[in-house]
Amino acid sequence: MDKEFAARRRRDLIIAAVLAAIAAATPLFVKDVVVQNILILTLMYAGLSQSWNILSGYCGQISLGHALYFGLGAYTTELLFTKFGVLPWFGMLAGGVVSALIAMGLGYPFFRLRGHYYVIATIVIAEIGLLLFHNWEWAGAAMGITIPIRGDSWLKFQFLRTKLPYFYFALALCCLAWFVTWWLENSKWGFWWRAVKDNPDAAESLGVDVFNSKMGAAAVSAFLVAVGGSFYAQFVSYIDPESVMGFQFSLLMALPAVLGGIGTLWGPVLGAAILIPLTELTRFKFGGSGRGVDLIVYGTLIVLISLALPRGLLSLFSRPKKTGASR
Amino acid sequence: MTALLETRGVWQRFGGLVANSDVSISVGRGEIVGLIGPNGAGKSTLFNLIAGVLPPTQGSILFDGEDVTHMPAAERCQRGVGRTFQVVKSFETMTVIDNVIVGALVRNTVMREARRKAHEVLEFTGLATRAHVLASDLVPAEKRRLEVARALATEPKLLLLDEVLTGLTPTEAQTGVALVRKVRDTGITVLMVEHVMEIVMPLVDRAIVLDLGKVLVEGKPADVVRDPKVISAYLGDRHAVGA
Amino acid sequence: MGLLYGLIAVGLALIFGLMDVTNFAHGEFLMIAMYLSFFLFAFFAIDPLLSAPLVAAALFILGAVVYLLIVRFAMRAKANAGMVQIFSTFGLAIVMRGLAQFFFTPDYRSIPQSWLGGKTVSIAGIFLPEPQLVGALVSILAFAGLYFFIHRTDFGRALEATREDPGAVALVGIDKNRVFAFGWGLGAALVGLAGAIMASFFYIYPDVGASFALIAYVTVALGGFGSVFGAFAGGIIVGLVEATTALVLPPSLKSVGIYAVYLLVVFIRPRGLFGSI
Repeated sequence: MDKEFAARRRRDLIIAAVLAAIAAATPLFVKDVVVQNILILTLMYAGLSQSWNILSGYCGQISLGHALYFGLGAYTTELLFTKFGVLPWFGMLAGGVVSALIAMGLGYPFFRLRGHYYVIATIVIAEIGLLLFHNWEWAGAAMGITIPIRGDSWLKFQFLRTKLPYFYFALALCCLAWFVTWWLENSKWGFWWRAVKDNPDAAESLGVDVFNSKMGAAAVSAFLVAVGGSFYAQFVSYIDPESVMGFQFSLLMALPAVLGGIGTLWGPVLGAAILIPLTELTRFKFGGSGRGVDLIVYGTLIVLISLALPRGLLSLFSRPKKTGASR
Repeated sequence: MTALLETRGVWQRFGGLVANSDVSISVGRGEIVGLIGPNGAGKSTLFNLIAGVLPPTQGSILFDGEDVTHMPAAERCQRGVGRTFQVVKSFETMTVIDNVIVGALVRNTVMREARRKAHEVLEFTGLATRAHVLASDLVPAEKRRLEVARALATEPKLLLLDEVLTGLTPTEAQTGVALVRKVRDTGITVLMVEHVMEIVMPLVDRAIVLDLGKVLVEGKPADVVRDPKVISAYLGDRHAVGA
Repeated sequence: MGLLYGLIAVGLALIFGLMDVTNFAHGEFLMIAMYLSFFLFAFFAIDPLLSAPLVAAALFILGAVVYLLIVRFAMRAKANAGMVQIFSTFGLAIVMRGLAQFFFTPDYRSIPQSWLGGKTVSIAGIFLPEPQLVGALVSILAFAGLYFFIHRTDFGRALEATREDPGAVALVGIDKNRVFAFGWGLGAALVGLAGAIMASFFYIYPDVGASFALIAYVTVALGGFGSVFGAFAGGIIVGLVEATTALVLPPSLKSVGIYAVYLLVVFIRPRGLFGSI
């Protein structure tokens, strides 16, 4: 029964494996550090956007405050490392857990809000986080934290001479986020989330625990984003409030998913693969002059894509259903 | 044998407006009961109280021998109350089969089982050929049927139908009537709200007529339609009732 | 200060609340208005106070054009309408910031000497900075005018009706696009007014809008969407909260007070103080 469905699931998994293998092989050909850098960021944002998509795309609770979890991941890891000598690997887990708990704690009041009121609340809470870290002396306040460099080490997850370990970690993160999405998509949670997004009243009448669905989505989403934040902190080896908790991160997590196709399995990856290199290239080509051409190009593209393809770029690939819709 | 559903002295007030006053009804196992009445009689309010959308101001609701007065809708669904919505509420961005799977997940935690159950229900309701179409692409009559299918997938003991036959063409209504009978034959009790008497009367075992928030008459459909109180309520001649 | 927030917010309230459209480029409207008044001063030596009506008129055109070129299409999106609005206006904001950098350079500018700048007035022994005072006066007048406009004129009613049911409005011969374009123009003009006044006592730079935009959102939401009076009240509350927070917390934390009050209010009243939608 439903062989077509099973085949599609398998096909997605195979495509993902092939893409991951190709990605894993690129460093063999690409030796240019600037390009490697762009690849790392692309993979990282693909993973982040995929995680954002779980709460905002599948469950429909649009968050423009995910920078909070990104920053919390980064700060938890680095504070534990610089103050208590806890290895980043454990810090990463701790950051994920802290973020997931905070996301659930915030869920109690937040998930009662609707529409614009909810979206603004998510922006505001991230902004509060940013301002608090700005003024928190122990956490370095506006000066931030510089991660002490003690030479290349897997244990401390820091590398000076090569970017390859970062590349593979970003790839792993992206794959993890994709796989989690793939797995949850065909689970009770995945169905509950989409039902909650489309019509909470109807979901409720079918025995869906609407509130806990949102909580589950928030926790998974925040955990993965925080792991991304930890990674980013290790990657850039210096963090301050603006550079890990600024509003731009909330947007950069949302944009790939929105441009690629919100609430879809492949949307975030596709969106990130186009958007992030584009961002970096326009900055590289037109930026630097400080004359804002990069912003003009980038902004125009966002306007055009969002107007022309409200369902995202992915909708270009989807074929019409063969059983035939009347319209 | 106790009734499957019972409301005891249920009141619902919205500010100064009394939507239900002292409503006590019962629905026995295996029955098809019609809840009818003119516009504004309080049918939809009573329906929502039974489905668990909101608790009554006063009174209690018993389902399957258990007091469910303050139980939220999702838990009632787990106990065996399935419902449809008067204004259809499909999951528009999901396919028909996925809509039904959401319902099936109440009793089946394994995805494979839920999917099988959903296919069964689509077969039963005659939607099998539309399984992979987006809910938003269905025609209105199919959306109604999808509502029923989704509710059936939760394997309810009591199925609450809110005006599922209203606004359909005669042919569609016939198919709908046949479906409701088929549902009852599987042992599911049905409570259906309808505004138009002609549609429901041939179908139901028993009819309860609400008017101005109160139970006006209840009994066999043939007796109910002849009752002068019912006739005057529907004609709007309230003076003749004298009550 | 609160009244100025109110003025920025009320323009947004008009767009956001009355037409139920998200405008993420609102802060950039403000930025453009500030630059306009700067250049009118720099080239023609017109004081910001005098140029304010000119700036408002220019912004009116900008607002209407933005509606006709972008927002009209965003509102027509069949899927994800909310996201399309957010990201198309956000993309526009980026473009506007880029353009500002391109034409005006990222340098900080200010109007050195205006009629208002740096002067204070003493009222009953309390010294008040003159620009803020004038700003407050203009804001109150603008509010009163807008309130009258929305509730007493045919256009105001047409605007409300168009939001409620565009189809029905079309039947009685009102062109939805004209009504909304006018609404956007008006919203932008109000921001223009605020920008012109603020130009005389704030630094002007391409990113200046961003710092005010979030506060404007919070102000509108605090008052409740769909209520002009709410945005006015929200503005005053935000101003008061900011002043109070500044007394007890370090200056860099002053916005935290505003945000905290917003969260508190919506947790208790999920539709804001005077919200209807």
